Amino acid sequence: MIPEIGHLVLYFALALAVVQSVVPLVGAHKNSTEWMVLARPLANWQGVFVALALACLTASFVRNDFSVLYVASNSNSELPMFYRVAAVWGGHEGSMLLWVMMISVWTMAVGRYSQRLPLPFLARILAVMGMISVGFLLFMLLTSNPFDRLLPAAADGRDLNPLLQDPGMIIHPPMLYMGYVGFSVAFAFAVAALLGGNLDAAWARWTRPWTTAAWVFLTFGIGLGSWWAYNELGWGGWWFWDPVENASFMPWLVGTALIHSLAVSEKRGGFKAWTVLLALMAFSLSLLGAFLVRSGVLSSVHAFAVDPSRGMFILVFLVIVIGSSLTLFAWRAPKIGLGQRFGVFSRESLLLVNNMMLAVATAAVLLGTLYPLFLDALGMGKISVGPPYFDAVFALLMAPLVVVMGIGPLTRWKNDNPGALFKRLRSALVVSLLAALAMGAWAGKITLATTGGLWMAFWIVASLTVDLKGRLLPAGGQANQMLNRAKQITLATWGMMAAHLGVAVFSFGVAMVMTFDVERDVKMGVGDSTEISGFTFKMTELKEVQGPNYVAMQGRFEITEQGKPVATVFPQKRIYRVQSNPMTESGVHSNALRDLYVSMGEQLPTGEWIVRVQHKPFIVWIWGGCLMMMAGGVLAMSDRRYRVKQGARATTGSGTEATA
Amino acid sequence: MKPRQKRVAIAVGALAAVGVGVGLLLNAFNSNLVFFYTPTQVASKEAPQGRTFRVGGLVESGTVVRDGMTVRFIVTDTARTVPVKYEGVLPDLFKEGKGVVAQGQLGPDGVFAAREVLAKHDENYMPPEAAEALEQAAKMNARMGGTLAQGQPGAAGAAGAAGAAGAAVSPSAMGAGVGK
Repeated sequence: MIPEIGHLVLYFALALAVVQSVVPLVGAHKNSTEWMVLARPLANWQGVFVALALACLTASFVRNDFSVLYVASNSNSELPMFYRVAAVWGGHEGSMLLWVMMISVWTMAVGRYSQRLPLPFLARILAVMGMISVGFLLFMLLTSNPFDRLLPAAADGRDLNPLLQDPGMIIHPPMLYMGYVGFSVAFAFAVAALLGGNLDAAWARWTRPWTTAAWVFLTFGIGLGSWWAYNELGWGGWWFWDPVENASFMPWLVGTALIHSLAVSEKRGGFKAWTVLLALMAFSLSLLGAFLVRSGVLSSVHAFAVDPSRGMFILVFLVIVIGSSLTLFAWRAPKIGLGQRFGVFSRESLLLVNNMMLAVATAAVLLGTLYPLFLDALGMGKISVGPPYFDAVFALLMAPLVVVMGIGPLTRWKNDNPGALFKRLRSALVVSLLAALAMGAWAGKITLATTGGLWMAFWIVASLTVDLKGRLLPAGGQANQMLNRAKQITLATWGMMAAHLGVAVFSFGVAMVMTFDVERDVKMGVGDSTEISGFTFKMTELKEVQGPNYVAMQGRFEITEQGKPVATVFPQKRIYRVQSNPMTESGVHSNALRDLYVSMGEQLPTGEWIVRVQHKPFIVWIWGGCLMMMAGGVLAMSDRRYRVKQGARATTGSGTEATA
Repeated sequence: MKPRQKRVAIAVGALAAVGVGVGLLLNAFNSNLVFFYTPTQVASKEAPQGRTFRVGGLVESGTVVRDGMTVRFIVTDTARTVPVKYEGVLPDLFKEGKGVVAQGQLGPDGVFAAREVLAKHDENYMPPEAAEALEQAAKMNARMGGTLAQGQPGAAGAAGAAGAAGAAVSPSAMGAGVGK
């Protein structure tokens, strides 16, 4: 009964979504208030029904209802409750339901927090969100219904993929989807503005916090995915340039470009056509990501079961979304003004460099991800593109990006004097170079790549320091005014600084890990030890342990440094009972300076194990950097100016406020 | 320089920078393409020596030999085979009789030295490359017709099974690799 209710309410939600995508739009066209005000209640009721469907599916999992095909395929009576709930989005159908739920959450949030928007504009936004919702509800009901029955019911379920049985997996998909789907808000704002012809500074200001919010979720989702892969896949890498990772990274890159170009659109009225295009692209790339993952054209950790009709549906949906939005853009874009002129050296021009680099980086990732698929589709052979390509491209593109990241925030809008700015930043340049060389020397290796990576990190920190000093203690300013000046710095500016500092921390971690990590595969039995980077790993015990739904061989490794005990880790090799697949559960000891990582490979006939031990300096800084970027985004979107009434600040649009 | 000339100079400079950048990018792209060859292609010397490529198929049953850190096995597409050696930890789901893709270089001795071994992530999954190799071999066997099939019931049976596996490619996961 519960699954049928869930199935039924999805139809209700679909019906409401159809009305929501038509009535407010017609209302905005006819200027009929009665029609336009329907948008919000429709969106809210749709959200209620989708939430109900999600609750029904969760109930089916909790009750171990194996007469539901999806539950039988993704759960098991032995699966702990914790993972039974997470299993709701552990497969294709349920994750689509979660995706639809996210669309509703965003739509309701827009309806709730954007009541100050002009009614026709809000009505159009919600109508566009409704259309997206229709697309995904149809997709689910036609090709991937999570409530399909399995009759007769299975005696027990086939269990959740063991790889997904990890706490990180419980929040990784929801966060990632919040990010993906969040860009639909920027998309809807852009389409609504193109329809209504109100692309102005106010539009940019309304769009910014929503875009930043989506970006924060996406950053979190990607970072969490990387952390999960590091801990769970058992061989200590944190990013693989896997096509599905790339699929989430492309919207992130475009979203980052969008955040920066929105700054120009809001402050200077410039880049508007480009900003709109980025908003359309960010969501289109999210959809492309969905297509790549759901269609089964990719081989990846994330790709679920193949069903050509699903791939076809999303492809058609993708073509409709991209095609219609680009057509609308081509039709309306000529009417978008160019905004104010700016000099060759100005904050606008540096943000232009930022956007160029991010756009090229996106194109490079797109090329590396799609080219093999095209070749394959055309029957021209199977190829893959190696990680060295992506690494090389990013090293090449990120260097100029980071250079301008240091300069941009100190540069004035409209026009600035490069000579004077160079003087301000000269010391930062020297200090950061010396620091990079010193750090390399301390760690024991000075190469171009290491020094370059470390320099990027120190350069950002040094230029941020100069920037902050200039704000707190301008030339001729008094030291006792510093606190007051600090209070005048907007949250948006603090957010920018925190996010940029996050990039520095991230770069530092990447440079250190890529240069100095040491890994070794060794044959070990109880009592054997091995040494890397001054740490001695000794296997002191090997025993079988029982988990709720698996058995495992667990090693006990005592790690010492010059005879002093540092840590004890317990890596496992698990065999999950239902799918009878082995799974490596790594043993990691982590602190701010380094991770010590032990994973058990396979047992030799002699009884010894092949063990991989790794020393990874500063790897947690990579995720720490992601967290700081997120924190920056949260600060920026909490800025006061997004909450005060729009009229009060409309005149400061061309202001000198130093936020980017 | 007049402002106009200055702007032209900047535009030309920017275009040149973009050109160089794109050139470098495509060069990096080209030198990092990894091609895929089936065991049949490798056995008939179609694969390059000294360049990294991928080979895929099934791990032939009974061929996996561990010698300390080094492991040797044979990859087959049911028509021809390639011997592979690899040092280090194999992925969790590497199994005899199951699909596998190895990336590395072909040595002068005809042994494929793998630097990376990828296997499937769940029991239904077959790496697309491996599935393709099996499918091609199956097609070839079919073309050769009844004579061969009757003579080698085992091979035909395996090819049939491989064809079925190819049709049921259900990627749930790749990248379950280990490498260095």
